[in-house]
Order: sequence, then structure tokens, then C-alpha cells
Amino acid sequence: MVELCVLLVFMIIAAIVAIEAKDLLSSVVAVGAVGLALCIVFLILKAPDVAITQLVVEILALIILIRATLKRDLPFSTSGRWFLNTLITLAFIAVFLSIAYKGLKDLPEFGYPIMRIAQTYLKEGVMETGATNIVASVILDYRAFDTLGEATVLFTAVIGILSVVRRIGRKKENQRLEEKLEGEDE
Amino acid sequence: MSREHDKGMSLIVKTITRLTVGLILLYGIYILSHGHISPGGGFAGGIIIALSFVHLMLAYGKDVALAKLPKSVASFFESMGAILFLGIALLGFAGGYFFLNFISKGQPFRLFSAGIIPLSNIAISLKVGAGLFAIFVALVLLKFESEK
Amino acid sequence: MIAYLLCLTLFSLGIYCILRKRNIIKIIIGVIIAEYAVNLFFVLVAYRIEGRSPIYSPDEKIFNMVDALPQAVVLTAIVIGLATTALLIGIAMRIYDKYGTFDITKIRELRG
Repeated sequence: MVELCVLLVFMIIAAIVAIEAKDLLSSVVAVGAVGLALCIVFLILKAPDVAITQLVVEILALIILIRATLKRDLPFSTSGRWFLNTLITLAFIAVFLSIAYKGLKDLPEFGYPIMRIAQTYLKEGVMETGATNIVASVILDYRAFDTLGEATVLFTAVIGILSVVRRIGRKKENQRLEEKLEGEDE
Repeated sequence: MSREHDKGMSLIVKTITRLTVGLILLYGIYILSHGHISPGGGFAGGIIIALSFVHLMLAYGKDVALAKLPKSVASFFESMGAILFLGIALLGFAGGYFFLNFISKGQPFRLFSAGIIPLSNIAISLKVGAGLFAIFVALVLLKFESEK
Repeated sequence: MIAYLLCLTLFSLGIYCILRKRNIIKIIIGVIIAEYAVNLFFVLVAYRIEGRSPIYSPDEKIFNMVDALPQAVVLTAIVIGLATTALLIGIAMRIYDKYGTFDITKIRELRG
């Protein structure tokens, strides 16, 4: 598991670079590095379906992020009360980490999952569904409702984006139509 | 940024795009159709197909590309994908319950096996690919007020 | 156990970025990093020592596969994360049109 821990440390360092960089383009490139290292970690953890999806999704996210940050610069000033804000944030994170540690102690040890439900899927998946890719049979046969929910969420997100981003020229089009109608009336 | 988008990129990029876009599309269709045999499936295949169109748009500029693939086509395909997926689910009612796998299973490891799973993969890939392509057109290609 | 702790560190880095930064794009980057950490946690729980990926092969019998259920869950979660990120960026671009800046301390008036 040495390569797993090395890649995780690389992801943490790249995340720190993404957070602290002054230039927006550098932080976007660092987020791309985190995503690529995550794809390789998924391959090490024997999840090829997830790795392919993560790679192509991250490429698309990078294209959209670069479009948003290309010509818009970063303000350089920091406000007052910097010390109090950082202290409150670190206290919150410390509380969160202590509660999370109590929860993490009850997890099964890394590498020995309990797999109560997945035993049935793995043993009888090929017989019942006929697909030899167990993950595909889980998302499209055993748990197809979740895929339906995901399709709905994607649809709603696309409608939301198309309603937030308005096209340029609509106001001018309406004005031109009004002027034409007024001209015809006279 | 928008003025550069109208003209597209340099000649080298355009030549390489012309050679590779068909191969990317073919790769996406391969990952999509073998979703029940090897890793991949509907989500990854649909996004790869959308990425091939995005590649075409980024290399050739906005006006040339939008003349070939108008925006209404993307919304048509997305709705078609959603309706197809719901239709396959509702047809399960003919056998017993929602989402029943009613086509015969066939032998494993062949392309035409596993009941409704390949058809569901095609429906999901239409939906995801067209939806993400519509997101890309809305966010990257259209001009905003501050850039005029 | 070390893998779980490193994943938790990545998640708290994302939360720190959401809480502390003043630029909207940095906040969105924090959301993206937190999403990556959560997906990583699911796939970490599913791993089995000396396991193989959950895909059958025609010529050998495989007995020790990793857990297939969290991988199916993470597959849809990644695509939903992309849709959420795109919506956040669309809203951020519209905010830049209205106010001329990405700084959240200057976005105070409710303009129509």
C-alpha cells in the first residue's frame, strides 16, 4: 500500500497549492492534478469503471472552469479581523475532526470489508442478470431507481443552467420588434 | 476570448482534429456498447461522445461548428434519452413490476446478452452526452455582457 | 487506517477553503476538492486486500472480488458532482456580470 499513501500525499500537496495560489489559472491547473491523481488511485483500488468516468468528467470540469477564470483577476487585499476568522475556522475543523475520529474507529479495518449485500450480487449476478460486469448490473438492474434519480438530477441541473445564463441580444431583439410594430401602426 | 473563439485555432490543431474526431467518437461508441462486458458503461461512453463534439467546436470556432450542430438538437436528444429510459422501465410492467428485466438473458460474454442492460446504456448515454454538451454550449460559447 | 486519515485531511482542506476564502472561484475549488475526498472515501471502504476488480473473465474462476456496491454508488455521484459544479460556475459568471468582481465581501446590495 505504499503507492496508495504516496499518491494520497501528492493529492494533499496539490490541494494545498490549489487553495493558496494567488493566480486563478494556477489553482485550476492544480485541481486538475488532484483529479488525475485520484483517477490513478481508483485504478490502484481496482475500480476501472469509476476511473474512466472520473477522468472524462474531470476533463470537462476543467474546460468549464478555465472559461470562467480566463480574463478575470483576483483581488489582492485581505480584510481586517484576519486572526479571529482563522481561529474560528480552525476551531471548527478541530471539532469536526475529533467527532470524525470517533466515528472512524468503528469502521472495519482497511482491506477487510463486511460485504453483506455485495456477496449476493457477486455470487448470483451473472446468473440473474446475464451481465458479466457486476457494477453495470448493479446500476442498471438491481439499483435502477438510483440511475433514474441521477438522470432527473442531471436534467434539472441543465435546465437550471440554461435559465441562469441568459443570451445576449434578447433585449435588443425585443426593442427592434417594438419599433417595427410602432412603425407599422403609424 | 470570444473573438478567438469565432475564428478557431491554428492550422495544425484543425488538421489533427479532422483526423482524430472520428476515432474518438468510435471509441465512445465502443465503450458504450460493451458496457455489460468490460468496464465503462453508459456514463463514460456518453461523456466521451460529448467530448468529441466539444473537441470539434473548440478547434473550428463557434460559427462553423454551431451551423453544423444547432443547439436545439442537443435538447431534443436529451429529452429523447430520458423518455427512452423511462419507457424501458415502464415496459417492465408487462412482466410484473417496474424495471423488470424482461428480455431474455442470453449467454454471458456475448454482445447481445443481459436483457435490458445494453438498451438502458444507450438511453443513459444519450441523456448524459446531450446534457453535458448543452452545458458546454451555454457556458463556454455564448457571450456575456461584460465581454461585448 | 492511514489511508482513511489522509482522506479525512483532504476533506477538511476542502472545508477550510470553503469557509475562509473571499473569491467565489476559490470557494468552488473547495467544493470540488471536498467532493473528490468523499468519492475517494467510498472507494476506500470497498477495497479488499488482494482483491480483483468486479468483472468476470471467461477463462478463470475469480473468488476474491472487491466490493461492487460502493463503486456503483460513486459512479453516479461523480456525474452529479459535475452538474453541480457547472451550475455553481454559471451562477458565479452571472454574479461577475452584475457586480464586476468575484469578491464576496463586495456583493452586498440586492440589485435586480
